Amino acid sequence: MTSLTLVRRIRARPQIVFDAVTTAEGIAQWWGPDAGPVLLSESDPRVGGRYRVRFRKLDGTEHESSGEFLEIVRPEHVVMSWRWKGGVEDPGESRVEMRLRAIPEGTELTFIHSRLHDEETSRSHEEGWAGALDKLEAHLAAGRAA
Amino acid sequence: MPLTVRLSRLILSYMVNSKERLARTFMALVDPTRRAILAQLERRDGASISELAKPFTIHLPAVMKHLDVLANAGLVTRSKSGRTVTVRLRAQPMREAMEWLRRYERFWSSSLDRLTSYAESKEAEARRKGR
Repeated sequence: MTSLTLVRRIRARPQIVFDAVTTAEGIAQWWGPDAGPVLLSESDPRVGGRYRVRFRKLDGTEHESSGEFLEIVRPEHVVMSWRWKGGVEDPGESRVEMRLRAIPEGTELTFIHSRLHDEETSRSHEEGWAGALDKLEAHLAAGRAA
Repeated sequence: MPLTVRLSRLILSYMVNSKERLARTFMALVDPTRRAILAQLERRDGASISELAKPFTIHLPAVMKHLDVLANAGLVTRSKSGRTVTVRLRAQPMREAMEWLRRYERFWSSSLDRLTSYAESKEAEARRKGR
């Protein structure tokens, strides 16, 4: 399954981190790939509620993503569906999951974006091809590339 | 047709094609037998089809079908010399797939950096207010 996992340690209590990732006010502060502004942020953080974020990148292009809250347990766990709005960049629906764990200095946030790229990949529950990718990356690095 | 329209059509068709290529790469990689074939080739590039088929319990025609999918995705090339077909890895589609994943990684990594500083400033604020 195609997925991306990032882990961050944040010096803030889980309740604060949780609100930052689920409320419209919070999302508006951080969502986006660069220092460009969030233009619109809507969020209804309960199961079945929806969110929508529109942002402008520094290169001037605007992008929007939206989805539905699928699971929400404050302040520990949130799962939401996620997709780009329209256009040729839309690779279908994927899934964003955030797990928050209290640690002495604050919160450990585990961020997982999964089911990336189409239904075929998500159907596979094999050990995941991240390992295959790693190996092939090693292959590329070894300079035996075709 | 005005040049700008033609150009944007060209760009659009390029984007759609690259998306399709990417989908083919990912689809080819979903199957565990195909990943195993790639892993074999990684150890031993330029193997023959019968050498590749050896470790599997499936028959040669099934291996050929998997090779069709891999070749279609541009992940391998096949060349025939006499009665032997030699299979080789091709790196480019894998590079594109990894680049695609890295774009997501950059997107979230940069977002989470800002999330971290925002949450930490909220925490500091809460402490100042004695909460």
